[in-house]
Amino acid sequence: MQMTRTAAALAALALTMAGAAQASAQALQAAAALQGTAIDLSGTWANRLHEDWIERAPGPHIGDYTGLPINDEARAVADAYQVSMQNMPERQCILYTTQYIVMGPQNLRIQQELDPISGAVVAFHMSGTVDRATHDVWMDGRPHPSPNAPHTAGGFSTGKWEGRMLTVTTTHLKSGLVWRNGVPHSDQATMAEHYARHENMLTVTMILTDPVYWEEPFIRSATFEIDANTRVLPEPCEPQVEIPRTPGEVPHYLPGANPYLAEFPKMFNLPAEAARGGAKTTYPEYGKALRSTYKAPDKCTVYCCGGTTLTVMNNNQGACRTDDPPPAAPTPGAATPPPAAPPARRE
Amino acid sequence: MQTLGWILRAGAVLGIAALTFANVGAQGRGAAPQTPAAPAPPPTGKAGAPVDLTGTWVSVITEDWRWRMVTPPKGDYASLPITMEAKKAADAWDPAKDEAAGEACKGYGAPGLMRQPTRLRITWQDDTTMKVEADAGTQTRLLHFGDWKAPGGAATLQGDTTASWETGARGRGGNTPPPTPMFGNLKTVTKNLRPGYLRKNGVPYSDKATLTEYWDLLRQPDGEQWIVITTVVEDSIYLARTWITSLNFKKESNGAKWDPSPCSAR
Repeated sequence: MQMTRTAAALAALALTMAGAAQASAQALQAAAALQGTAIDLSGTWANRLHEDWIERAPGPHIGDYTGLPINDEARAVADAYQVSMQNMPERQCILYTTQYIVMGPQNLRIQQELDPISGAVVAFHMSGTVDRATHDVWMDGRPHPSPNAPHTAGGFSTGKWEGRMLTVTTTHLKSGLVWRNGVPHSDQATMAEHYARHENMLTVTMILTDPVYWEEPFIRSATFEIDANTRVLPEPCEPQVEIPRTPGEVPHYLPGANPYLAEFPKMFNLPAEAARGGAKTTYPEYGKALRSTYKAPDKCTVYCCGGTTLTVMNNNQGACRTDDPPPAAPTPGAATPPPAAPPARRE
Repeated sequence: MQTLGWILRAGAVLGIAALTFANVGAQGRGAAPQTPAAPAPPPTGKAGAPVDLTGTWVSVITEDWRWRMVTPPKGDYASLPITMEAKKAADAWDPAKDEAAGEACKGYGAPGLMRQPTRLRITWQDDTTMKVEADAGTQTRLLHFGDWKAPGGAATLQGDTTASWETGARGRGGNTPPPTPMFGNLKTVTKNLRPGYLRKNGVPYSDKATLTEYWDLLRQPDGEQWIVITTVVEDSIYLARTWITSLNFKKESNGAKWDPSPCSAR
């Protein structure tokens, strides 16, 4: 009988210890999950705009589709686009889609949402402005919704760690603008994103795949620097009538009627075909053929110092004007020439 | 009695198992290690590669197309954080002069080369040297792993490059080196560069320039692979701050489109 009690006690002890071990295993699992977040992405990241400055900051030229692997459908949509469409009261507060949060001109704020018990990261919330929709990346293993679920500007994003890199998959996007000159993506577009932190830099690579408007996946990468002095600004939106219009009027150009498409290739001596984009124009062999006949304009005339830290920032229209030699003292009696007008910009 | 024996045996087995689990758990919680030993150094070079960067890669010019696919006009410095010294130098750019001086390759030094429309052929020259060839300008960069020391001497177009893998993996102690991780990136630092151009329209970098690159491999679900290189150029003479860009190269299945061409100053 004594032996039976001992055996029972041993078994109970074993079960208790096994339970403790199980709890310990769970703790280890949670620790392992947290280990993946050792690359802390949270913080405010400054957008340095050392590349793609024109596309991301002032906005691309009308008819500039260079480097974009788009198809004829996308060209037709972009050619018809008139940016004043965006000041219609019903369109003023339409959100850019998630891809623009990262690849737009703004800085980037990333916040972690933690599970209060395990401390594991449930989600990352990313935003380029303080009052607009965030790019929510779910890290808790939840599945993407049904293909029939609503599509939104933010889409639905899940993430996973690949070593020290966060890889994100986004589906359920609404259609939106990729470039602010009308180049679109459709609601069938999906995105793969990769967030790689190197010291105080965060390189975000975005690969957009869209069977409707893009011939090939469109890859872009941008690098941010963590910067406590950087702000993420509000972008309040209150619709109001900016330009009185006839009800139902939507600014646009009919096919073949956009008068500004030829300006961009002419400005840079590019063949019209190059400005129209397409997958083949993004590969070295296209450049090699192009350079055999290409002659650059004699000098830069637009955005020449844009985005730089030169002390002589430009007026966003012309060359580095204030660095030009000071004007000669006017000759007595001579008429003062009027200042050169910057080239007109139409959007 | 048979039942009692079974209970005893089961209890003992469970007890041992529980103690084993508990021990593992305790170690996981940071219990004092038995005998601390210096961690073995992680393998480097080819043996330590967490990812395979070898193969033929093509630059896909979807960004800054107008500045990379063709040579932009003189005076176009958009996006470059240059100093006034750099602007003065670039304003004096004359490709004919470069050609006459045998300096047509000034746009093909390491900081400018990687922004060219080009294919890269990446191979292991030996266990500690990775070779990166570019068909644009027919250039070769050598990335040296381990305790390689630059030989010194005159600066060169491609400079001296040291390389290391960044995996985040830590040694566990003992004499066994940690297993080669499955993830990580390559970091390279290039110095001793001969002056050249960041942009082919004469925007300069000086012999004080340092090029730091982080090479990340991205694997897509459809099997496509990309290398994204985060590129940092520092130059106390011609840059007002670090110039940070990122470059995208797609893996090709073979080298059929490899097409070496000479440097061009224009």
